[in-house]
Amino acid sequence: MNGSFPVNGFIEVTAMLMMSVGLVLAMLRLVRGPSLPDRVVALDLITMLGLGMLAVYSMATGQTAYLDVGIVLTLVTFIATISFAYFIEKGTGRGGGN
Amino acid sequence: MQAAVTGTLVLVGAGLMLIAAIGVVRMPDLFTRMQATTKAATLGAGLVILGTAVNFATFSVTTRAVAAIAFVLLTAPIAAHLLGRAAYFLGVPLWEGSVRDELRDRYDWETHILDSEVRPEGALPPDHPRA
Repeated sequence: MNGSFPVNGFIEVTAMLMMSVGLVLAMLRLVRGPSLPDRVVALDLITMLGLGMLAVYSMATGQTAYLDVGIVLTLVTFIATISFAYFIEKGTGRGGGN
Repeated sequence: MQAAVTGTLVLVGAGLMLIAAIGVVRMPDLFTRMQATTKAATLGAGLVILGTAVNFATFSVTTRAVAAIAFVLLTAPIAAHLLGRAAYFLGVPLWEGSVRDELRDRYDWETHILDSEVRPEGALPPDHPRA
């Protein structure tokens, strides 16, 4: 049956553990900064980790709908990063920002 | 066989994302940190999603997985380029061990247009953090 995962869930637990540690490290960079682009990079990485966690969770539960959530998550973060970059460049006071 | 391929893809992908997160904490300046996230994290997420496609092995999941991978591969470089460009204009400092800044004096700081030649008038404005 689809959705059954090998080796008593060892792989899903290990992968989730790795990505959780990565999430903590990315959160550390998000808090420490020091500049606004550093924080945006950390947010980008957190979204990537969230996408991976959703994919692993969809395998563990057999619910494929989590993949759609992941696609929407990346879409929203792409727009957010673009607008962050736009306003950072506009905020320098020079250039048209295009 | 299918389980082995799935497990390998998922573990390698998760490991790459962990390496990206370590790089984001350990790298010395913004531009090297972006190097870590945009390459390792993108490849890691792509591998995990590919593992999902192999695990389910149905048409609908594979279609969604291919769409998600293509979307990530298309958008991540664009977002990284725009963010790096904005950070360069903002004056985010380079690592003190950097040996080369190819963009220096090649930007028009009024219009933000890049030139292939070094501009004689292209010196940074005096109030700029990198001047």
